[in-house]
Amino acid sequence: MGTELFDMGDIDIAWCPGCGNFGILKALKEALVETDIHPEQLVIVSGIGQAAKIPHYLKTNVFNGLHGRALPPATAIKAANPFLTVIAESGDGDMYGEGGNHFIHAIRRNPDITNIIHNNMVYGLTKGQASPTSQAGFVTPVQVDGSHSDPFNPIAVAIALDASFVARAFAGDHEQLKEIIKKALSHRGYAMVDILQPCVTFNKVNTYKWFQDHTYYLEDSHDPFDRVEAFRRAIEKDRLPLGIFYMHPDKPTFDETLPVYRRDAAPLFRRELDKEKLIGLVDAKRFR
Amino acid sequence: MVKKTGDISIVLCGEAGHGIQTVEQIITGLLKRSGFHIFATKEYMSRVRGGSNSTQIRVSSVRVSSLLNRIDILIPLSSTALEHVKKRISKETVILADKTIISVQDSKNVPNLIDIPFSDTASEIGGSIYMNSISTGLIAGLFKVGADDLDRYMEQFFSPGDTTTVDKNRNAAQKGYDIAQNLVHSGKINIDIQRDADVRGEIMINGAEAVGIGAIAGGCNFISSYPMSPSTAVLTFLSRNARDFNIIAEQAEDEISAINMALGAWYAGARAMVTTSGGGFALMEEAVGLTGMIESPMVIHIAQRPGPATGLPTRTEQGDLQLALYSGHGEFPRIILAPGKLEDAVDLTHQAFNLADRYQVPVFILTDQYFMDSYYNVPTLNLSKTGIINYIEKTDRDYKRYRLTSNGISPRGIPGYGEGLVLVDSDEHDEEGHITEDLDMRVAMVDKRLSKLKEMTAKAIPPEFVGNNDYKVLIIGWGSTFHVIREAVGNLGRDDVALLHFKQVYPVHPDTVKYLKKAERTIVIEGNATCQFGRLLNLTTGVDIRDRILKYSGIQFTVEELVNSMKTILDREG
Repeated sequence: MGTELFDMGDIDIAWCPGCGNFGILKALKEALVETDIHPEQLVIVSGIGQAAKIPHYLKTNVFNGLHGRALPPATAIKAANPFLTVIAESGDGDMYGEGGNHFIHAIRRNPDITNIIHNNMVYGLTKGQASPTSQAGFVTPVQVDGSHSDPFNPIAVAIALDASFVARAFAGDHEQLKEIIKKALSHRGYAMVDILQPCVTFNKVNTYKWFQDHTYYLEDSHDPFDRVEAFRRAIEKDRLPLGIFYMHPDKPTFDETLPVYRRDAAPLFRRELDKEKLIGLVDAKRFR
Repeated sequence: MVKKTGDISIVLCGEAGHGIQTVEQIITGLLKRSGFHIFATKEYMSRVRGGSNSTQIRVSSVRVSSLLNRIDILIPLSSTALEHVKKRISKETVILADKTIISVQDSKNVPNLIDIPFSDTASEIGGSIYMNSISTGLIAGLFKVGADDLDRYMEQFFSPGDTTTVDKNRNAAQKGYDIAQNLVHSGKINIDIQRDADVRGEIMINGAEAVGIGAIAGGCNFISSYPMSPSTAVLTFLSRNARDFNIIAEQAEDEISAINMALGAWYAGARAMVTTSGGGFALMEEAVGLTGMIESPMVIHIAQRPGPATGLPTRTEQGDLQLALYSGHGEFPRIILAPGKLEDAVDLTHQAFNLADRYQVPVFILTDQYFMDSYYNVPTLNLSKTGIINYIEKTDRDYKRYRLTSNGISPRGIPGYGEGLVLVDSDEHDEEGHITEDLDMRVAMVDKRLSKLKEMTAKAIPPEFVGNNDYKVLIIGWGSTFHVIREAVGNLGRDDVALLHFKQVYPVHPDTVKYLKKAERTIVIEGNATCQFGRLLNLTTGVDIRDRILKYSGIQFTVEELVNSMKTILDREG
């Protein structure tokens, strides 16, 4: 299926030749088309970094905010207008480092959004420092003796928080990546897709070849509703499983829990203040 | 016999957890309902139990709305209470105290002490927690409130609690009331204040409620915040009213999330605000810059408290004007409002939403602990003057979020309303909203953003002038000090002294220079140590203001101390 609806035409893209981001952009556009989402009804919220530039490279509504802060506005946009499809998309440094606290609490709130993380295990735009997901021992211009921290495990953290949808994909496997993004987009509730992505310029360890050798797909028999088993698979280290680890689809979403939508589905901008009620509220202060 | 007339200042002092605030709530409501003008404010420690907290309640035959140093009736409910307020005790202060509670030493040093068996009476009812209801009954009795009115109010206030609690509190109030009747009948104390029947139906609110009501009137339908004294009461107020007024009220994981959520909400068509105090606002600063860059509307309420860092969490100060004025890196316009009256807080918060939406800039409302926690009765609130002005426009296919216009304001579209796409970007961007490094476009965008300041200044809310037009001395104030300064200037008794009070502190109204230049002498009064507003006035008008009265102890100015400070300055070179 063509992605003309989202194509920008001939634009200058700031990514390095061979960057994993190109594959993610292509898969995302196809997934959107195949999920029948229209540019006018979609908002992509991003932070800062090379991954966070992605909304500028496809036609849609964009909220390109601050480093690490994509999830709070994404949560609020969906809450203010539940008719919009909302994607929060950024890199590993943005979502897991600067925005780590928001990542944890967004999962707890369970907004009906898709959270896509380009995880290349390195800081690209700032030229090659360790990221929260860099492997221990990863040598960089700052971590000259190798990163001494253990890598952040977003999959395990998300499952520990009982996230509603937890998946990992690989930017080098176009078909599977697209299928996983489609499932995330169709999921009701917070859906996280951590995408392993080579950085051809600054990460000489976790290359396309390295990812091919160190990943495998969860078997068809894997039960994504079994949280303990999902967690067990999430902490595997030698070879990283790909696919949908865990789902808790019947959790109430953030906007479903909001009293404003109990009787009326209209987005906030279509509502009017009940002035009589306001006068009543003030009058109640006359006889307190 | 002690006789008190006209305007009486009652102070209750006790430990946190003694229920002094409950007394304040009941007494203010009950006495207003009985036809007295009321003002109440409190100062308290940052703790849940113990320490010394106090509440001042002014009961008067005329409107009252400011803090006094004077205490006419003091009710100390703990052993440390007298020590806590001793500087304010005079020969005229009547102290209603239990000698078994206050220290023997203290009781010898005060002239008008009337022994009240708070402790024994409370024990008979069920414990020391009933001392607050005894105090309530005592005050009600001294002001000759009807016994039935008191009982009905107590029942209403404590319901729906379990019947034992309700009954014990009613009983305690009755006991206090009986004590008061004995004092009155035996001639020990006589209070005589004219009642005003019109007061009974007046509105009684505090600063936090005023900001909350103003927000609802301005169409606020989204608040995300992180609890922080003394700003939390606004979040609480809007949360409590969320169902009735279609408001999404969310407690964020931190202030950074709170304001970024609010920005997302505005982007999607909501009218959002955050409420915080200085330390929490410091965390929001990054997103103030984002507000400036993406040209989003935003309403930020800062209830100031003394800093830096944690400072004095439950005290008051006007120390964060500069923080608000210079918050966020880079250059972009903003509006800063600072209510002095409760009515102003309603009106300005209401207008803040319209202004934010009109100019697509951050609009600040600066209050402080004193303002948040002060109550008085007002005859009416103007809720319909401006209405809700919504500037959202339906987009067409060619929509550009940052279209360059002559006044710098681009039509604001939102996603999902129209055929266009809405792009906002924290990077410098082109008219469409896409990231750009075209440096000519950069200059055009900076100019566009800053050009809005022209209309914002021309349409600034003018300062409020109180006094004769042929004044020689001009007193300058802003924000929460309005009533204290107004009353103090009135008490000076000089017709050549006038007050100019600013409720919009940035950008200031163009007439400001005219007012300043006309004065032979100008005195700035501010609740901070560095004269932040005075210096801002100097910066914007070029007029040098030499005389300043500054206070930064964490307590609001009192009327008496302002009168003294002004006299000292005026006598110096008079």
